[in-house]
Amino acid sequence: MLSKREKELISNIWERLTPVAEDIGAEALLRMFTTFPGTKTYFSHLDISPRSPHMLSHGKKIVLAIAEGAKDISQLTVTLGPLQTLHAYQLRIDPTNFKLFSHCMLVTLACFMGENFTPVVHAAMDKYLSAFAAVLAEKYR
Amino acid sequence: KKVQIGVRAPWKGIFGKAAILKVLIVYPWTQRHFGTFGEFPNDDTIIGNAKVIAHGKVVLRSLDKAVKNMDNIMGVYTSLSRYHCEVLRVDPENFRLLADCIIVSIGSKNSSDLTPHVQATWHKFLSAVVEAMGSQYSNRA
Repeated sequence: MLSKREKELISNIWERLTPVAEDIGAEALLRMFTTFPGTKTYFSHLDISPRSPHMLSHGKKIVLAIAEGAKDISQLTVTLGPLQTLHAYQLRIDPTNFKLFSHCMLVTLACFMGENFTPVVHAAMDKYLSAFAAVLAEKYR
Repeated sequence: KKVQIGVRAPWKGIFGKAAILKVLIVYPWTQRHFGTFGEFPNDDTIIGNAKVIAHGKVVLRSLDKAVKNMDNIMGVYTSLSRYHCEVLRVDPENFRLLADCIIVSIGSKNSSDLTPHVQATWHKFLSAVVEAMGSQYSNRA
């Protein structure tokens, strides 16, 4: 359950990350492919070498979607509607992978924010990403 | 296994304290195992608790031993696994949570060193540790 303060914290952080969306997104993806090689199976159609144009643009898409959701977390189901449909009926990525990506996103944020990535920020971020992943998987069945 | 040599990079006990604090704050239900350490009405009491910090150091010392005996991580953790299972009765899922927090803590304190490749190496090593810590649980059945 996210408190009001946590929602504000999350909203502020993602707003500040929007200008570097492609860097953060590409790094999180690279960390995921490197640590959890099974996740690469969903990307055989893309060039997933570090910081390739595909990685940068795909990373940017993901981060901007997360940032958009963070603007009003209570409306996640509405905001993510189209992405829910995409993931459930077209992409059909096994939802376990959302957890793996979230973990790598947390590591990326920790590296990016250093000491500012306090336990409180970590907890809030983990809760938000879990909620995001859960909503994303809602239409699967 | 050669990849594991990367883990032997110099590392200090600071990660132990940071990681244990993260686990107790990010996953508050883990506090159930630390009842004898005192009351945790809020995050500051966790951060200031000497017993928690001491436990962080204990965990890191055992990891240090595992790093020095990478060909026999199972052996290093056999008695600890039995102790956590039979005496402390800790859900082995907690070991995975702590492993994740260790990696995030390293990222936050040593961002330039935690490249995707190094993260993957740490993940491999800690997965072996987590498996070893869970090894004596199945023997109970």
